[in-house]
Amino acid sequence: MAMTPMAQFEVKPLVPLHLGPYDVSFTNQAAWMFVVVGAAALFYVFAAMRRSLVPTRMQSIAELSYEFVDNMIRSVSGEAGLKFFPFVFAIFLFVLLSNFFGLIPGSFSITGQIAVTFALAFVVILTVIVTGFLVHGIGFLKLFVPKAPIYLLILLVPIEIISFFTRLISLSVRLFANMLGGHTLLKVFAAFIIALGATAVTAKPWFAPLSIAPLFFEIAVYALEFLIAFLQAYVFAILTCIYLNEALHLHEHH
Amino acid sequence: MDVAAAKMIGAGLACIALVGAGIGIGNVFGSYISGALRNPGAASGQFGNVLLGFALCEATGLYGLVIALIILYAS
Repeated sequence: MAMTPMAQFEVKPLVPLHLGPYDVSFTNQAAWMFVVVGAAALFYVFAAMRRSLVPTRMQSIAELSYEFVDNMIRSVSGEAGLKFFPFVFAIFLFVLLSNFFGLIPGSFSITGQIAVTFALAFVVILTVIVTGFLVHGIGFLKLFVPKAPIYLLILLVPIEIISFFTRLISLSVRLFANMLGGHTLLKVFAAFIIALGATAVTAKPWFAPLSIAPLFFEIAVYALEFLIAFLQAYVFAILTCIYLNEALHLHEHH
Repeated sequence: MDVAAAKMIGAGLACIALVGAGIGIGNVFGSYISGALRNPGAASGQFGNVLLGFALCEATGLYGLVIALIILYAS
């Protein structure tokens, strides 16, 4: 059972804990979340501890990531979006570090769980709705009414509403599917290496050069996974910005 | 037909979704490069959009992959 490529996504309780009918065990997923959040907090505390005009390496990484998210928000939603800088930055950093920590061999990829990504997407959509109603009041509902003749609106308004709430699914499944697919692919090719290598050792020695091929492919996919890990965090953050921009400015351009 | 065999065939069929993702990703980068060769000055400014398009394209194919994995592993 431990040999299936899906075994890596198994949530195992480390400290079993039951609260009434609910299972609130401290799982390996929760443990890795603590690691990710702790690593992020520690890094930024240390990076900001000795601030200097000529930044050290750590300080410049912290500044670069800060400016990166700052630029992203400015380019998508303008100055008004900067109120949401802490929110977007926290989401970006959490997703990015979860993806990167998931790539450590033997670790657990938090973002490979639909529960986690759905919770993140839910928070984003909830923030968009609350912001929209706070900024525009009931006028936020105009987001669902495009400029069109009245007889088309009967068709368009339900489509707009459905497409708005489908974002919840697309945002969460995009991140989840990328992580799930990538990590499964890594495990499948790792199994190829072992299977071919084992065949070479036990029965057919001429299999030995053949088992090198999946090893190179594995390394290439691993490199691609690093790109994907960053890219998905970027996409998640920028889509958050785009959705927030719609809530702030409705359909007009800033 | 055996249910296990049908599951395997279904999972294989679900992976056809990746054809569309491949076409889409090729289109994104192909269009980017042809645009960048016409106007290299504007190329670097659009790379963020390219990555966004790449990720959005790739995700659609992965939806199919997730369905395949659900068919195979979620009993």
